[in-house]
Amino acid sequence: MTTQAIDGTGHDAVSAVVSPERRRLGSLLIRSATLLLALITIGQTLYAYGITSIGFANWMPILVAYVLWSAALCVGLILRDGEAGWRALFVLPAILFTVALVIFPTFFGLFIAFSDWNLQSAGGRSFNGLDNFYQLIADEYFWNALLNMVFYVATVLVQYAIAFGLALLLNADIKAQKFFRVAFLLPFMLSPVAVSWMIGKSMLEFRFGPVTNLLRFFGWENPSLLTTPWLAKSTIALMDAWVWIPFMMILILAGLQALSKEVQEAAKVDGATGWQGFWEITFPLMLPVSVTTVVLRIIFQLKLADIVINTTAGGPGGATDTISSYIFRVYKDRSNVGYGTMIAEVYLILIIIFVALLLKFTSKYMQRDA
Amino acid sequence: MPHALKRSLIYGALIIWTVIALFPIFWTFSTTFKVAKDVQLGHIIPWVDFKPAWLGLRAIGLSPDTIFTESTPRAEFVKRFWNSIQASFGASFLALIVGSMAAYGLSRFQYRWKIWKNNDISFFFLSQLILPPVVLAMPFLVLYKELALLDSMLGLILIYALSVLPIVIWIMKDQFDTIPQELEQAAMVDGCSVWGAFLLIILPIALPGMVAAFILSVILCWNEYFFAALLTSTNAKTLPVMVASQTGSQGISWWSMAALSSAAILPLIIIGVFLERYIVKGLTTGSVK
Repeated sequence: MTTQAIDGTGHDAVSAVVSPERRRLGSLLIRSATLLLALITIGQTLYAYGITSIGFANWMPILVAYVLWSAALCVGLILRDGEAGWRALFVLPAILFTVALVIFPTFFGLFIAFSDWNLQSAGGRSFNGLDNFYQLIADEYFWNALLNMVFYVATVLVQYAIAFGLALLLNADIKAQKFFRVAFLLPFMLSPVAVSWMIGKSMLEFRFGPVTNLLRFFGWENPSLLTTPWLAKSTIALMDAWVWIPFMMILILAGLQALSKEVQEAAKVDGATGWQGFWEITFPLMLPVSVTTVVLRIIFQLKLADIVINTTAGGPGGATDTISSYIFRVYKDRSNVGYGTMIAEVYLILIIIFVALLLKFTSKYMQRDA
Repeated sequence: MPHALKRSLIYGALIIWTVIALFPIFWTFSTTFKVAKDVQLGHIIPWVDFKPAWLGLRAIGLSPDTIFTESTPRAEFVKRFWNSIQASFGASFLALIVGSMAAYGLSRFQYRWKIWKNNDISFFFLSQLILPPVVLAMPFLVLYKELALLDSMLGLILIYALSVLPIVIWIMKDQFDTIPQELEQAAMVDGCSVWGAFLLIILPIALPGMVAAFILSVILCWNEYFFAALLTSTNAKTLPVMVASQTGSQGISWWSMAALSSAAILPLIIIGVFLERYIVKGLTTGSVK
């Protein structure tokens, strides 16, 4: 890692004067800290591979060394660059934190993805090249889960339509607006695990669940909501909608409230019916907010896991699987981190491409680039 | 359409959705007070359909007759509840501190590191939102094992802070952007340093945004299940994981499941009712201008 300074040239252009000695001291501190971190890491790596006999019992000291190195880097920059160093200190902790916890593990994941690695067995890791990838290509469950993701992402549009309707209701001239707003928001705040159990497993229970009882009352003799594949998938989608509609509703409501009163009046009068006024005035004006909301929501939807894991565990026969829940199952059943990581990394590449395309096609409709 | 009809349609729709939104919550709380028979018969309304019993609360040692006695289930429940509080508050504090600093820097200064400029750094942080937890899950499992952080509170706090950091930066940058720069400039003319101006002048003004970011982070961390299920076991297990692992050999004891679920959702319902304004503020940051 390079230790070049992040130059902060601020709005008021403070030209800090730093004495040469202080500058040298700063550079020295950064260099020696980097050297020390590198030495400790190399030493521990050699020890871990059994080449040397001196080392730590685990890698915790390396983490501590990284934290110390980060601190030394911050102090060194302040010594070396003065005012610019003080400014760099604002963003550096967040960058160092994210690099350590995201960038490093993601690349480390690539290393795991090409291994046969069962955490439970004593054998440890063995490199198996592209085997995991070939297994993935032939894995029907993976493709099935990917197709399910397409379905789940598509349901976002339905959620959006309902959320828009609710936002319009809340934006109407109603009494007790605050009560309805809080009531509508609550599902979003509930723990997905509690939702899975108390709705998915209790309210939808085949024998006594109130929802199944209600469906029977309406003449549906055999409401096997979670055992018929397509029904199970739709049921999960409904539960997911129940949780997430409030999120979209709040964003759309804020958009509606930001529209000027004249516009809203114009949508009402002008001889236009409510329906016409909505399509000709409100909806086009709301397009930027709508697109932003839907894109954000799709990005969150790609992570869908908790409800599926807890309600159906992907069943019946993988019908409700998302990629995340499938990987969770692969790990829980077989403790094989190698294959699970391969799925995860392939999925990451797929969604980066997908989200990049999505942003490319939608960014011109958004008010701000996400 | 006549006005009265239109209004009754609006209120009708509002009430229907209120029932949809609130009934599951009511169901969760009421099931806590049901005995096996009431659960199996699908009874709904307390005191009419069924007589409330203390079964659910007794199962976690919080019913009137068990609350003052020693109780292993209660000790377990309290431990998990406390773990959840530690994880969500710890992570939110960490993310708020680190994130506010970064957001302030990005809002006020022009950084340049090789080809990287402010927009690239902002995008770097925000792009973390796209990353699904599952991509990090396995590497973290392996790394945490090597780092002796598996099943530790610190490990959980670190990863939770990471997952809410982009949201905190997003909210706080928006917040700082609305504060005029003249404020710090005046302070610096008076001899304040950059950090002095930030800590003494700007942070107090940005407090509403910080509260919004903090509450949203706490909600997200409190409900988090995926990482907790993979990375914790006996020691650092949180409440959602405890809820999810309630299946016994004699099937599910719905009353104790409901009691635990109620405990998991009650704090957030309280937050939702009293701090709704901040949640809405946090959620709508940046999407509406």
